[in-house]
Amino acid sequence: MLDQQTISVDLLSDEDALDLLRHGDRSQMARFVRHHGVWMLAVSSRILGKRDVAEDAVQNAFVNIFKNFESFKGDSLLKTWMHRIQINEALMLLRKHKRLKEEPIDDLLPEFDTGDCRVADEWTVSPSPESVLQVVQFRETVSGMIDQLPENYRVVLLLRDIEELSTAEVSQMLEISETNVKVRLHRARAALKKLLEPLMGEQTL
Amino acid sequence: MKHGQPSIRRRLHGIMFKLPMMISCREFEDFIVDYLDGELPSSQMRIFNLHLKVCRECRDYLKSYVAARDLAKRALDEDAAQSLVDVPDDLVSAILDARGEGSPS
Repeated sequence: MLDQQTISVDLLSDEDALDLLRHGDRSQMARFVRHHGVWMLAVSSRILGKRDVAEDAVQNAFVNIFKNFESFKGDSLLKTWMHRIQINEALMLLRKHKRLKEEPIDDLLPEFDTGDCRVADEWTVSPSPESVLQVVQFRETVSGMIDQLPENYRVVLLLRDIEELSTAEVSQMLEISETNVKVRLHRARAALKKLLEPLMGEQTL
Repeated sequence: MKHGQPSIRRRLHGIMFKLPMMISCREFEDFIVDYLDGELPSSQMRIFNLHLKVCRECRDYLKSYVAARDLAKRALDEDAAQSLVDVPDDLVSAILDARGEGSPS
């Protein structure tokens, strides 16, 4: 086994990390929590928004991890397993605080004429993410736009496009059908496109 | 948004999209997620690509749709990277206390 006193937590193999979870002392565990807690807080904050609630979700996730790490089967990376646990814990708090209301998104969806032909949006400038992302404020604005999406669509977009979970995983986590995941994902992306258009057009002028 | 009378080109599109192997723009919408996931069966892929070839509006739409998706991913990833903060000491302590074992360092 590697010397866990000196080696950085991010260099530990999954096997050594599991060994640390089994036998680590408080100091080693603190390093483990500090290392993984950083990205877990980021994931949790994206889903929950509020920092204090996000911290609660991280604490719940660690409790879950400490309790269940022996059932980790090694069919994914340990970090992937922890990532799923963190998302589930954040979703549990989201349901508790916001109750994942069913909200309409119709105003932001694409429009068609009477012949079912697409009515193009006025904005037609090809966005240049490289140039756009140089503007620090723009990043925050994009986050703000995502927050404007109705909750039941925002969460699906976050889980699929940002956390990169599969449709099947999202379906399981949110207890909705895979077809429903795809419909919500498409609507959320379409709505986000409409929300981002004026911004992107303005930035690329 | 008021759209007025469809132009001749749009009316031609409307007729063309009713031909065999053709779909309307509204139907095109239903294919997008599977197309981007690489999960469209080959028969539907042909239909999707055919519409894409003849419909400039849907080509532009798909381009912007993908750009917005990619931009959201990059913006949130970079946002997270910029705002990464150390885990507060009291949270670390609370987590370790919840574990209920180990000796103080």
